[in-house]
Amino acid sequence: MKTKLIASPYLVWMVVFILVPLILVAYFAFTDGNGNFTLDYVSDVAQYSPIFVRSIWLALIATVICLLIAYPLSYILTGINKKSQSTMLMIVMLPMWMNFLLRTYAWMTLLGNNGLINSLLGFLNLGPFKMLNTEGAVVLGMVYNYLPFMILPIYSVMVKIDKNVLEAASDLGCNARKTLFKVVLPLSLPGVMSGITMVFVPAISTFIISRMLGGGGNLLIGDLIEMQFLGNSYNMNLGAAISLVLMVIVLLLMTIMNQFNTDDDVVLM
Amino acid sequence: MKLDILKRILTAGFAASLFTCSFVSCSEETQDSEEEEEAEVQTLTVEDEAYYSRFKGKDISINVYNWGEYISDGSEDGTLNVNDEFTELTGIKVNYTNYATNEELYAKLKGGGASYDIIIPSDYMISRMIDEDMIQKLDYSNIPNFSYTSDSFVAPEYDPQNEYSVPYMWGTVGIIYDTTVVDIAKEDIDWDILWNEDYADRILMFDNPRDAFAIAQLKLGYSLNTEDPKELKACAEELKEQKKVVQAYVMDEIFDKMGAGEAIIAPYYAGDAITLMDDNEDLGFVIPKSGTNLFIDAMCIPKSSKQKEAAEMYINFMCEPDIAYANTSYIGYSTPNDAALDMLDDEVKNDGISYLSDEYLDNNTTVYKNLSADANQNMQDLWTELKSAQDETKNKWIVPVFMLSCVLLSIIILIRRYIKKKKDIF
Repeated sequence: MKTKLIASPYLVWMVVFILVPLILVAYFAFTDGNGNFTLDYVSDVAQYSPIFVRSIWLALIATVICLLIAYPLSYILTGINKKSQSTMLMIVMLPMWMNFLLRTYAWMTLLGNNGLINSLLGFLNLGPFKMLNTEGAVVLGMVYNYLPFMILPIYSVMVKIDKNVLEAASDLGCNARKTLFKVVLPLSLPGVMSGITMVFVPAISTFIISRMLGGGGNLLIGDLIEMQFLGNSYNMNLGAAISLVLMVIVLLLMTIMNQFNTDDDVVLM
Repeated sequence: MKLDILKRILTAGFAASLFTCSFVSCSEETQDSEEEEEAEVQTLTVEDEAYYSRFKGKDISINVYNWGEYISDGSEDGTLNVNDEFTELTGIKVNYTNYATNEELYAKLKGGGASYDIIIPSDYMISRMIDEDMIQKLDYSNIPNFSYTSDSFVAPEYDPQNEYSVPYMWGTVGIIYDTTVVDIAKEDIDWDILWNEDYADRILMFDNPRDAFAIAQLKLGYSLNTEDPKELKACAEELKEQKKVVQAYVMDEIFDKMGAGEAIIAPYYAGDAITLMDDNEDLGFVIPKSGTNLFIDAMCIPKSSKQKEAAEMYINFMCEPDIAYANTSYIGYSTPNDAALDMLDDEVKNDGISYLSDEYLDNNTTVYKNLSADANQNMQDLWTELKSAQDETKNKWIVPVFMLSCVLLSIIILIRRYIKKKKDIF
């Protein structure tokens, strides 16, 4: 009873700021300007399918790269002594103390044709390479901005793995590689799952990264939705419909992900 | 006014200065010019002080919603902080907030929930707001300073009876370019330079459909207010052609990219171009002979305003010659206020950028009109198509690879489940 009482402010918060907006999005997606039911906007979304595919694709690449960087890093982190661990963790967190826009903006000056990287390459008589305003720059922006969201959940799960379990594994004849794949990997999977969710979901709906680093020519779903509200034609029904379709796609992808997760939980239990 | 996001980023303070100073070279000329300006300190005198004392001591506040970087805020020594002066004179508090585009302003007002007393939309947005009953008629007896408004800005097309708006600033769109790289004579530069393959990948373009289509319309010789689907389609084709040479579609970033030499040609607003040229002497600005868009930003009062009279007082205050002069000299846009214009240096008046000949203004400039909802939607769709169009080579593999990875993922899941099941059996 008492816990319910404590949770009630959050419950109110959820209803007012999560549930009601969701219902509103669905309402606008299925109605026209006069409030009459219509499926037109939702079916209109089909014409933007290439943009959807590209957004999902870029977000997937970014998520995979984040995972490839974050997993070994977290594994190494848990192996070193406690004091250096907290220092290293702070270095991971450090960029997040700065504003998100500012961090992305800094990449603009780094990647530009006259930017720092190309100037340095210039000394070696290389380049200049076109780095800014490409899809690669967008992926880079996503990886850079969302990497801490991958590292932190994986690290916090890994650091809690009982050292005795690892010792038992080596006692029973597992070498380091086998311990990693047979013991650490399955035990850290929940962290990996939440890391993937926390990177993939913001990456798929971002719009400022693609605008700043993609040069506006690499349109993502986020840009598309923003254009419906702040573009030439104020069409919030279409904007809501695109958002809704995006949410359904993310929901689907996340369900597929969780398929992995629950299976393993069952095995663990 | 279009520098809003930039400004927000830069005001983030220490970190910002760290970045801008180490990566973009901080030029010393800026400091010099600021020192020169310190010499003259602006002062404010108003004719009718009694008029402004009406609300004294009543603890009233008004919400002003303006473009970013579009008012004299006293951040340079010797300039007036217009809002503070207003509060001091009238006792009315000013809550000042910024927006970056007309469409943002429209969306904010349309969405409800926000209450503003003063907004400063551009021409076509004003007529749209009049049509949709979003702004209210002004009581011009409360705005005696309207008489300073230059005749050419009274009863404009967007507000034919001049019942709803008082012009604040005007300006034109031109081309800013790096004179050290572009070897075309200034007189010969026209809109087609933005399509010039010699400068491929060093050209910037506006990132909003109306302004981008306008440039294509100017190039093709169409009206800037055309709603003809065929003409719009032709413009979209033209812009698609241009995409090959465009480095990036940007708005605020033009300031930085041009300033740092990242790009060499871009369309830009005259007022911001002047500010940019003060910092970088290599840059030149030209308003093409063939014509351009003339925009007027005017002060209006939304229907939702609860302090109409105080808001009208603010409008009147903005039309005070001293205030209009302070604003125009600070932000670099052109003033429609005749008294303020008289106070400006001849050098500014004759620079060929801010103030143009009447003949050119009459014959070669067009003010945007509000387009029909269909035309707007059409333009938006063409723009989305243009921006999302990929190089053909990329289109070939991206979808199949995505499909393949989806299929692979499903197969992996199925196999895993199959293995699990087998394990469970044993």
